[in-house]
This record gives sequence, C-alpha cells and structure tokens, in this order.
Amino acid sequence: MNGHKAAGDAVRALVLDEVLRIAPDIEPSALDDTADLRRTADLDSLDFQTLIEAIAARTGVVVPEGDYQQVRSLQGMTDYISSRMG
Amino acid sequence: MPSLGADMTEGTLLEWLVQPGDEVHRGDIVAVVDTEKSAIEIEIFEDGRLGRLLVEPGETVPVGMPLAVIEKSGPTPIARSAPGPTPASGPAPTTPPPRAQRRVAASPLARRRAKELGVDLAAVQGSGKGGVLTVDDVERSAGGVVQKASAARAATTDAGDRSAAMRTAIGALMARSKREIPHYYLQSTIDMRAATEWLAALNAGRPVAERVLTAALMLKATALAVRTVPELNGFYRDGTFEQQDHVHLGIAVSLRGGGLIAPALHDADALPIEELMQRMKDLVGRARNGRLRGSEMSDPTLTVTSLGDRGAEIVHGVIYPPQVALVGFGRVVERPWAVDGMLTVRPTVAVTLAADHRVSDGHRGGLLLEAIDELLRRPEAL
Repeated sequence: MNGHKAAGDAVRALVLDEVLRIAPDIEPSALDDTADLRRTADLDSLDFQTLIEAIAARTGVVVPEGDYQQVRSLQGMTDYISSRMG
Repeated sequence: MPSLGADMTEGTLLEWLVQPGDEVHRGDIVAVVDTEKSAIEIEIFEDGRLGRLLVEPGETVPVGMPLAVIEKSGPTPIARSAPGPTPASGPAPTTPPPRAQRRVAASPLARRRAKELGVDLAAVQGSGKGGVLTVDDVERSAGGVVQKASAARAATTDAGDRSAAMRTAIGALMARSKREIPHYYLQSTIDMRAATEWLAALNAGRPVAERVLTAALMLKATALAVRTVPELNGFYRDGTFEQQDHVHLGIAVSLRGGGLIAPALHDADALPIEELMQRMKDLVGRARNGRLRGSEMSDPTLTVTSLGDRGAEIVHGVIYPPQVALVGFGRVVERPWAVDGMLTVRPTVAVTLAADHRVSDGHRGGLLLEAIDELLRRPEAL
C-alpha cells in the first residue's frame, strides 16, 4: 500500500512538473488537486495537448481524447496515469 | 527597420545574425529586433551579399531607416515598409519615409527610463541614427552611468515592463481601430456535430502530437471561406482597399500574464489540415516563448480569434488596422437545436464577424459566415 502511495506521489510530482513547465506563473500551492486543472492553471486546449504529450513522453501512458473527462484534475490525471503505468 | 505591425514606430536592434560579406538569400533571418511586443526575427527580402551595417546592436531607430546595405549589382539599402503585399518578386525594396510623425524620437525603453529618472526628453541630445534617443542618452543625461544599456539588457527587459508596454501598444492600436474603422458586427451559430465527430474519428489512435484541435478546423474554414468574399481579406490604407491574393490568417494568441499578439499563419487556405495544425502549434509556441519572424508580425490579411473550449460563448472583435475584418469563434457549447421540426441537442459555436464598412457591408459579410458554416458542416472537405 505504501509502495502504491509512493508511486502515486511520484506521478503527481511529474504531472505538476509538466504543468509548471507550461504555466510557470502558477503557484503550485494554489492548485487544488480536485479542481479543473485547465481552469486553475489557465491552460488552453493547445496547452492541454502539450501537457498530455509531455506526460506520454515521460510515462508512456497516452490519454485518448475520449478519456479527457477523467484527467481534468491533478488528482484525476495522477490516478489515471498511475493505474496504467507498467 | 521594418514595420512589424501598424502600432510600431521604432525598434531596437538586438543582434545581427550575419556579418558583412556574408551571402544572404531571400527569407534568411539576418537580425533580431526588439519591439514593445517581443523580440522579432527579421528576414531579408532579396538575395545578395551583406555590405556595411548601418545600425549597431542596442540602437533604436525609427521605422523605415535602413539597417544595412545589400550589395547586388549596386548597393541597395535593406528596409521594408510593412505590412505590405507579400514581397514575392517585387523590385528591390527602397527606404520608405517613416509612417509615424516623429515627436522626440526615442525608443520605448528610453521613454520609460526617462520617466523613471525624471529626464525631459526634449532636452536630451540623441546619439542614435537620425538623432534618435537611446537609453544610454537618457541615463547619461540623468548624470552618471546608471546602468550600461546593452543589447542584453534590452533583451531581458523585465516582464512587468514588457507587459505594461504591450498593454500601451495594444491600447493605442485598438483605440485607433475604434476611432477610424466604422465596424459592423454579424453573428451566426453553427452546428458543430459533424466537425466534432469527424475530428474525434481523425484523432482516435493518433499519437498526441498529431491530434488536430477544433481551432485548426475553424481556421481552415475561415481561410477557405474568405476566398469567396475577398473584400474581407486585405488592407485599408491611405483611403483605398488593397485586396490580397494570399490568405495570411492572423491568429490571436493570448500570452500568459496578459497581452495579446496576432501573428500570421501564412497561406492558411492552402494548407492540409494536419499541416495547418502543426504550423499553428509552432506559431503559438513561438509567440509565447520564442521568437516570431518579421513577416509573421507584419502581414496578416485577416485575423481570427478563437476562444477555445474554455472562454466566453461569444466574442465581438476589434479589427487590427490596417486589416478590414476579424472573425471570432466562441467556446463550443451544447445547445438545444431544432432539426426538421424536432428539438435535439448539438455542440454549437457562435461565430462573429467584425468588418469595416468602408470596404464591405452586412450582406457580403453574411456570405462569409454562411460559407464558414457550410464548410464546418462538411469537415471532410477541409
């Protein structure tokens, strides 16, 4: 269970890292894990695509467009990616 | 110094990317210029060998001043008055007179510095070409060297400063637009079901990097549609409309932390949708983080603003002079929709046109929106 939690934390850090690369002006502590990431980090559709692309490059997990609803929040993205990583 | 947009009166040369004696070809990037909006790469518009450099890095000069000499059969100063027609195969460019009336010629940077230091610009002797005031002049005049002005400093103009300067530039240009252009506005709502489904099918199974966004479809539809109403594609200058054959779509890009820039996506009507998407990505990326090219800044023939899937539902735009129209797409939203006497729900988008009454009227403008509607309902044709 602890290992699972640690893996989740690592993914969360990775996602946050990529969000901040696109939105360097955002204060990480201001990001609510359950809020819509695109709203809180002010990402447009191109930014979001860049984010998905960067995460795919680092984790190998490609989010299809049909699943975008599930990865709207930092929490949702973290869970989605963690559960699909080898 | 080329004009990189209707609001530009002067620019600061940041660096030369070529040396005297270098062979240069049309389209090569030869220098970087700082404007209130960002650092812009300057392309050259003819072939030849670079002769003397007339402007040094760090110098601010008015639009229209030659930056260097290109040696061909005879020396010809490089300079281009823009936004102009695409410099495809025109004669060697000559030096146009600066468009803007010169008050005290000083760079935006120098003006700000003068304000900070309480220096009266009129009392300062300009050392730049043509007596233009530089930051150095202002600081010298303030007594003692406060800080050495350099190309590097100009390049790292602090972000807040840039943002304020950009706001001023946008304000001036939009005020001019509202003052001079008799805008009229039209609006339609388009059924986006076909476009949305077509895109979903196109993107399914594609690597993320190759996915096409709805915005790309909107741009392509607009670029194709304006070919049928060409009086919305071009420039209004000196009392006459200059229709353009190429469709260089200006894409309104909002910058993080505020500000807006609308560089051109060249020949958008002729690009396959995948390529248009890649070019749009590249352009938006460079507008936000990197460098735009001079031609991208100076020659959009029609601007599109697309709020994406998070913005407001409807946008009524302000035309970028000297263009004569602006097309705005709101957010795609599901709305109740009547089809064959039955009520259903469809993804829809409100598209608006702001256009210049000196060149067109509502009837012709309406045809543009109709053409966009038709194209978006048959996305496979895009």
